[in-house]
Amino acid sequence: MGKMNDKSSINGLDKKQVAQAYEKYADQFTPKPKYFFNSFKAFVIGGLLCTGSLWLENWFINSIGLSEKSASAYVVILLVMTAQLLTGLGCFDTIGKFAGAGVIVPITGFANSMVAPAIEYKKEGIVLGVGAKLFSLAGPVLVSGITLSMIIGFIYWIIGLL
Amino acid sequence: MEYLYAFLIGGAICVIGQILMDATKLTAPRVLVILVIAGALLQAFNLYEPLVEIAATGARVPLPGFGYNLAKGAMEGAQQGLLSAITGGVKAAAGGITIAIGWGYLIAIIFNPRSVR
Repeated sequence: MGKMNDKSSINGLDKKQVAQAYEKYADQFTPKPKYFFNSFKAFVIGGLLCTGSLWLENWFINSIGLSEKSASAYVVILLVMTAQLLTGLGCFDTIGKFAGAGVIVPITGFANSMVAPAIEYKKEGIVLGVGAKLFSLAGPVLVSGITLSMIIGFIYWIIGLL
Repeated sequence: MEYLYAFLIGGAICVIGQILMDATKLTAPRVLVILVIAGALLQAFNLYEPLVEIAATGARVPLPGFGYNLAKGAMEGAQQGLLSAITGGVKAAAGGITIAIGWGYLIAIIFNPRSVR
């Protein structure tokens, strides 16, 4: 994709590049049949992930005797740890390419979005590289979520006073 | 039965995310932000709680569940006073956030980037 935007390819138009450009141009007008298949994959894999989490949560409650609240917290923790480990090992991208939103929308995608840029920018050091980039994608999620929780908490507190 | 609902609702939320990514030009982080805000706002009007009661992890594991958790914590805290209203949200989601930051940092330090997959 980036190739087409290179200045060199605009100046020296060889036939192969023209053909590629045409192909890309034509692609814009062909209908994309992937929508349904992508959604189907996201549905099945996202659904399975949630079902598996439920099984794990029930196992924590029934076999280990955790309370419902701690069991659900442990499930989230395990999902986050697994997703980040897979990101570190380089497997998450492969899974993500196949499953799409099926693994991006669950908390695993949030976990992955922290580690992926942090590893990528490791060269910039442990503070400004890893430390800062950990939040380059996850930051907006945390900022919007926490800001909203502050506003909701405040509004509910005021309503409680009335 | 609970498992079926977890599958259906968890899958459905992922499909919403997939459609947002495919049909619009929104990038993945923007979709994640939208989902978290949606979950928190729905819970603010007590609309997400029924979904959690039906589907359990099916509604809690996808990102709207993160927003739900934050909002619910704040709403519960608000009953105890102003300080709890402020801290409640993050407190409720503290486990996930702390592990995501701490474990994520360690992982990022241990592993090196891979150029080609």
